[in-house]
Amino acid sequence: MQEFLQQLVTGIAAGGIFASLALALVLIYNAMGLVNFAQGEMAMVATFVAFALINSGMSYWIVFPVTLVLAFGGGIVIQRVVIRPVERAPVLTLVIITLGLATLLNGLAGFVFGYGLHSFPSPFPAQSADVFGVFVSYRDLGVIAVSGLVLLAVYLLLQRTTVGLTMRAAAHHPEASRLLGVQVSWMLALGWGLASAVGAVSGMMVAPILFLEPSMMQTIIIYAFAAAVLGGIESPLGAVVGGLIVGVTVNLAGAYLVGGDLQLAVGLAIIVIALILKPNGLFGRASGRRV
Amino acid sequence: MLQSIRTAPPRYWLVAIVVIFFVGFPTVITSFQTSLWTQAIVLAIAIMGLNILVGYSGQLSLGHGAFMALGAYTSAILAHHYKIDYLLTIPIAALLTGVVGFLFGIPALRLSALYLALATFALAVVTPSLIKRPPGLTGGVQGILVRQPDPPQFAQDAFTTVTGTVMTSDQWIYYVSLLCALVLFWLAWNLVRHRPGRAMRAIRDGEVAAAASGISIAGYKTLAFGISAFYAGMAGSLFGLATGFVSPDTFPVSLSIQLLVGVVVGGLASIPGPLLGAIFAYFLPIESNQWVPSQTWIPAQITSTVKNAGPAVSYGAVLILIMMFAPNGIVGLINWGYAIVKRRLRGAGDRETGQMPPDAQTV
Repeated sequence: MQEFLQQLVTGIAAGGIFASLALALVLIYNAMGLVNFAQGEMAMVATFVAFALINSGMSYWIVFPVTLVLAFGGGIVIQRVVIRPVERAPVLTLVIITLGLATLLNGLAGFVFGYGLHSFPSPFPAQSADVFGVFVSYRDLGVIAVSGLVLLAVYLLLQRTTVGLTMRAAAHHPEASRLLGVQVSWMLALGWGLASAVGAVSGMMVAPILFLEPSMMQTIIIYAFAAAVLGGIESPLGAVVGGLIVGVTVNLAGAYLVGGDLQLAVGLAIIVIALILKPNGLFGRASGRRV
Repeated sequence: MLQSIRTAPPRYWLVAIVVIFFVGFPTVITSFQTSLWTQAIVLAIAIMGLNILVGYSGQLSLGHGAFMALGAYTSAILAHHYKIDYLLTIPIAALLTGVVGFLFGIPALRLSALYLALATFALAVVTPSLIKRPPGLTGGVQGILVRQPDPPQFAQDAFTTVTGTVMTSDQWIYYVSLLCALVLFWLAWNLVRHRPGRAMRAIRDGEVAAAASGISIAGYKTLAFGISAFYAGMAGSLFGLATGFVSPDTFPVSLSIQLLVGVVVGGLASIPGPLLGAIFAYFLPIESNQWVPSQTWIPAQITSTVKNAGPAVSYGAVLILIMMFAPNGIVGLINWGYAIVKRRLRGAGDRETGQMPPDAQTV
């Protein structure tokens, strides 16, 4: 029982990471109806930047916000340079372009930082706390806390601020927003920046658990896909719930059911089952198609 | 007969030249280089299959490496465990993969293009870890060795008569792959010019209009998946033969991306495109591996980094740039240049009468 609860907490911590990356996917999906295949690689690059800053002697607590700002700027630059020229292209074109972006970023990271494994520092101590007889590592608790804070911040930004309202308006009714004086294109760029920053958090949370290397996010992005699809790809709340479900399921399945090497297959199974049984996800609205 | 040869359109001559080139090529290059070209041709088959799915029917699959893996492992298991002649297993593997692809196409019908891309991408990432199980059947991490067949007597005799050297099994496998590729390209060419091809393009360009014209959407979409998987399965089977082994590392997610690069670079919805795309996608990493260490201006300590990162960087950049500026790939660029030249040549004559010729109509 005790071991089960510990696995559960680890699963929730992993779920927080998946939820952050899934939320980044949802943000971009809501902005332009596109799944960003490069989201994981963008987070990986941001994590490498954080790694370089830490190695240059800066404190983790300064590096963290600086990286978020840099990732935000990077996201905007990517949207302006790569995505904006093809904004109106068919979805097939856009998917291929984001996949190209993923490959490009992966190669560039390998080029600049090499293909070696680096250990990324965690700001939290390695000991465990004794919570009612269950040993919970501070790192898991820290990851859960940071992910929770990020998700809360994004929620508040989107739902309680004018910028958030404008962004949502620009995404849902671009024509009407434009008539009301919203700069729709820049709102989309803002969405990309925000998504990039949220993704960077997941990268910096996952790097101490895995090793930092260019392919680090390749498996994480699959779990994030699973989380986003399960929760309903247009629902931020769905991404969070989906992330937690995927994290716990994958962790428990890995520990008790299929073994570590097939954990990724569990992620694929969640995607397939969710798409077949509930294509709109747990929190998505059924979408009608106009004929 | 003579009449029809004399009046044949230029593209028939081009096809004849390309075929003669590929048939004669192994007689002038080494056996090792021949085996590289075999793999490029095999890749072209898989890319042709993906092109039927993506270019003609408009469904995006990022997981065709998984179908190639299925074809390769079917052949290898049949040949290794059941002692069937490898060449006989090739059509079996292709048919099995085609059926699986057809079945895969049924749930895919319900998915939007985006979800399909996502699910197939996940499949491509998971494939290497899936095929390690069960280890008794698939050989686990090590995979299965494939014994490369010796060329039969008639092929040996013919080859020796032409070149004066003994035919190696690499060269024999090249000709087997080339034959498969010729047949499959010919089939694809016929497919896209006739009813199924027109139906697929109609669905791609407007599903509602296609349905209103009486085209069975579900039927043709799953058919495209089945045919596409058939090609990938045959390519996978030939790939195992060409490389001499199949293992989980043969089918990483980057293989699926390589296939997509091939389709996009060659040109979506074109028949010669996959061949050009395959040559580009296959030889780019190999050439960069040879070219980079030979460059003295690249500092020695980063040579290996440049070598490893080069292909990914160029694949990514090429995918983005081609989709942005030349969505029809190399073939599109060639057609565009050809049209300009033709218009110049014709325009010079017509300009004096003040009439410009109309633009070429696309069909």
